[in-house]
Amino acid sequence: MTKEYKTIVEISGPLIFIEKTEPVGYGELVNINLPDGSTKRGQVLDTSADIVAVQVFEGTGGLNEESRVIFTGETIKLPVSKDMLGRILSGSGEPLDGGPRIVPEDRIDVNGASMNPYSRMPPEEFIQTGISTIDGTNTLVRGQKLPIFSGSGLPHNEIALQIARQAKVPGSEEAFAVVFAAMGITNEEAQYFMEDFEKTGALERAVVFLNLADDPAVERIITPRMALTAAEYLAYQHDMHVLVILTDITNYCEALRQMGAAREEVPGRRGYPGYMYTDLASLYERAGVIKGTKGSVTQFSILTMPGDDITHPIPDLSGYITEGQIVVSRELHRKGIYPPINVLPSLSRLMNSGIGEGKTRDDHKAVSDQMYAAYAEGRDLRGLVAIVGKEALSERDQRILEFADLFEDRFVRQGRNEDRSIEDTLNVAWSILSELPEALLTRVDNKFIEKYHPAHKKSN
Amino acid sequence: MEIKGEIYRVAGPVVTITGIKPKMYDVVKVGHEGLMGEVIRIEGDKATVQVYEDTSGIKPGEPVENTGMSLSVELGPGLLESIYDGIQRPLKVLQEKMGDFIQRGVSANGLDREKKWNFKPVVNTGDKVKGGEVIGLVQETENIEHKIMVPPNVSGTISEIKSGMFTVDEVICVLADGTELQMMQKWPVRAPRPVNKKLLPKTPLITGQRILDGLFPVAKGGTAAIPGPFGSGKTVTQQQLAKWSDTDIVVYIGCGERGNEMADVLNEFPELQDPKTGRPLMERTVLIANTSNMPVAAREASVYTGITIAEYYRDMGYDVSLMADSSSRWAEAMREISSRLEEMPGEEGYPAYLSARLSEFYERAGFVNSLAGANGSITVIGAVSPPGGDFSEPVTQNTLRIVKVFWALDAKLAQRRHFPSINWLTSYSLYTSSLAEWFSENVAPDWNTLRDNAMDLLQRESELQEIVQLVGSDALPEDQQLVLEICRMIREYFLQQNAYHSVDTYCPFDKQYKLLKAISKYSDMATTALTAGVPMKDILALESKDELAKVKFEEDFEKALDEVLKKMDSEFAKLGGN
Repeated sequence: MTKEYKTIVEISGPLIFIEKTEPVGYGELVNINLPDGSTKRGQVLDTSADIVAVQVFEGTGGLNEESRVIFTGETIKLPVSKDMLGRILSGSGEPLDGGPRIVPEDRIDVNGASMNPYSRMPPEEFIQTGISTIDGTNTLVRGQKLPIFSGSGLPHNEIALQIARQAKVPGSEEAFAVVFAAMGITNEEAQYFMEDFEKTGALERAVVFLNLADDPAVERIITPRMALTAAEYLAYQHDMHVLVILTDITNYCEALRQMGAAREEVPGRRGYPGYMYTDLASLYERAGVIKGTKGSVTQFSILTMPGDDITHPIPDLSGYITEGQIVVSRELHRKGIYPPINVLPSLSRLMNSGIGEGKTRDDHKAVSDQMYAAYAEGRDLRGLVAIVGKEALSERDQRILEFADLFEDRFVRQGRNEDRSIEDTLNVAWSILSELPEALLTRVDNKFIEKYHPAHKKSN
Repeated sequence: MEIKGEIYRVAGPVVTITGIKPKMYDVVKVGHEGLMGEVIRIEGDKATVQVYEDTSGIKPGEPVENTGMSLSVELGPGLLESIYDGIQRPLKVLQEKMGDFIQRGVSANGLDREKKWNFKPVVNTGDKVKGGEVIGLVQETENIEHKIMVPPNVSGTISEIKSGMFTVDEVICVLADGTELQMMQKWPVRAPRPVNKKLLPKTPLITGQRILDGLFPVAKGGTAAIPGPFGSGKTVTQQQLAKWSDTDIVVYIGCGERGNEMADVLNEFPELQDPKTGRPLMERTVLIANTSNMPVAAREASVYTGITIAEYYRDMGYDVSLMADSSSRWAEAMREISSRLEEMPGEEGYPAYLSARLSEFYERAGFVNSLAGANGSITVIGAVSPPGGDFSEPVTQNTLRIVKVFWALDAKLAQRRHFPSINWLTSYSLYTSSLAEWFSENVAPDWNTLRDNAMDLLQRESELQEIVQLVGSDALPEDQQLVLEICRMIREYFLQQNAYHSVDTYCPFDKQYKLLKAISKYSDMATTALTAGVPMKDILALESKDELAKVKFEEDFEKALDEVLKKMDSEFAKLGGN
């Protein structure tokens, strides 16, 4: 028989403090019955012999000293089942789609355990997203965590959806699922995602967790953990390849800061808690592949950089944990280029293990490096041209300048439904590289020039 | 005798206990599951403990037991080729015990108790031995002879010494006063192991990385820091160092970094060959992997675990290099624990003792004469991850005050795919003058001049670039255009190095010298030709110059370079002036 307590001594923001309890476990799940008959849930943050602090997920509105607190004796668990596919759940795991409650096959602690690095398999299986700037220059592999760094008003949602729609491992027909977790996004944005999922039939193989902008911020701290728990379950118990889309990490961090402030913690940089790195790592690190299992968890999170500032603590700490980032650029967006991905600050750390002969194509790395180098130089020259004019440039520099334009226009730009295969992507790359004099292709081995350069191909 | 206390309060990894009187830094077992923790504050009848494992579900009132020992590592044969977490639990054993995910409450010995090693004594009954002295040898791996030493605080006369196959905890030697010695000894991680004397480092650590060996060398026994924003190649540089450094032993600490990266290291190291011995790199490596989602207190301990193991091998007289990736994550772990203790924060929320802890750690590096009289060294190379790439933040600044070598990574260079993206203008090494003698004796008499000239040119290039930004390169006089071209060659042919290329990944010193010499040769001949009135565009159009770009990738470097140099001679001869 679990005991009820009516000893709330303080309510402050999302926190309540309860006195004189039996010993309560750290991290335990708490149910709170309000005088009006409704129930809220919370979690123990600090427990001592005298007083227990609890954070309330649904907010403390309506709580008073009359409310009754029940400690459940266990940590937060998510009921999981394969039937979750196709379901829409709230940010704390309750059905939102009017369907029945999920009949659990298992109940799993949402905090997960950290994967033993010794059991990890280094990710190396190429995922084709159909987007050239990702496949060609920032390749995604299975088990990777690669966020999109974007800004307000940029088409990151469209890019994420296009990836969810098109992502596949060429030549394999393995079970594939999407876990989508919305954290503090607007109802409108959520609708947009839902509609697209329904239209393309993706919903059938998706589990959706929705915590919308007007849902309590505290719940946001649990939402991604629920989603990742579901993902790990599908991946490691049911051998599925799971793509997890978390949006928006920025809202999650705001919630974290709000909680920190409520607990009167010593703040770190810009008021975010000092443990934000560890906290974010406990989400991002739940991507990966385990030796000897068939499934995998790949993460594709969306993060809007406040003020487009990549040095802001949220993108900064994320960048140190994730295996690269895809940066969406306002400048390219203004030029009307879709997807407006700026490849220069973008990076995929696992790219080298996912490309090359037998995976994509032997010339992939050389082509990518060459385009990076030429495009970076071209962008610098643009700055110079603004000062001295195009005429002052040498012949070589003018060609490079033109290459930068071609790169944006032909390689970066593509249709919202255009699904380019890796072959197509590399061929587009060669077609623009061939506009440069061959002597400038210093990063490409001669054997690749002979094999793939359009001028040589014809003569073959 | 066991004295039991109980838990008073639990707040994340910080637990307050009452009822026992521990010493500072004593290891205690917390709760029914016996989670490992360390006492970090004592206040009246209460003590605060940082717990190395997840504390979910732990309740006030659960029992606490004091081991009376401070956090220690087990030292002995079997350390090499091991993969540990932050508190020296072998990850392989953890996997066998609890599967692919790390559960809590599992203890595992740092050294295998079952395995027998062949112990060969080198002392006899009746010999007097003191702390640090070698009493026997064990062939730990093909190339590393493990020296079994008397623990530093023990001495006496040997009354019995054994020979043959033993496990690490069997007695192999007895002293006259009855002290029994095993192959294994324990040492508290937070205390440096004693040495006879610290010496001045005077030989360089050869890494096979051109920009590091060539421009900014670190001495064996020195300290270096690699700060850089994310994506600038810290981890790749650290791994290159772990792979190719010419030390006997490598200790690699993955402190609060990515799990997939560690998996990559675990996968790759057993397959790579040590360039010196041809044996798998893993045979000289100890890995410590405490990834970012593993408990934060164990992350704090991981660097101490690593450096203590490094000191142990140093005491045998080996050269050890230690890579800590990343020291910022370690500092953050300190910050996190400090803020849970509600300590008064210093700069940016870091504890006020940040600087002291960092310097204590780096001071454990050095070239030393050990208690047994052997010379050994520990070179510490710490990666730093400054938030936003801003080098003015506390961890970078405090580190720079201590270390002698600074390899500044630059995101701009990384974006241009200039790797290793170490900025040659902001980096420095304070060892260049003390190592100059070694270089002129062991590499070439003119090496130091070549290096200084290259640095000079690169410095001039940055000045010229400012003018080019305003007026364009065509407006410069021809001799200055030539400087720009030579610098481009130094950057692209010499400094750029492809870590993923089978040949270029490791560049012996001799090859580094010849490459730089070849560029210098072109520079000299071009200057002479230019003075003699040969047009600039002809000098730039030489084929041999472009071919020089690719010789570093050739399997037969000597032959390729030779051909290019011959061609250069004949091409310049055609132009005249030389």
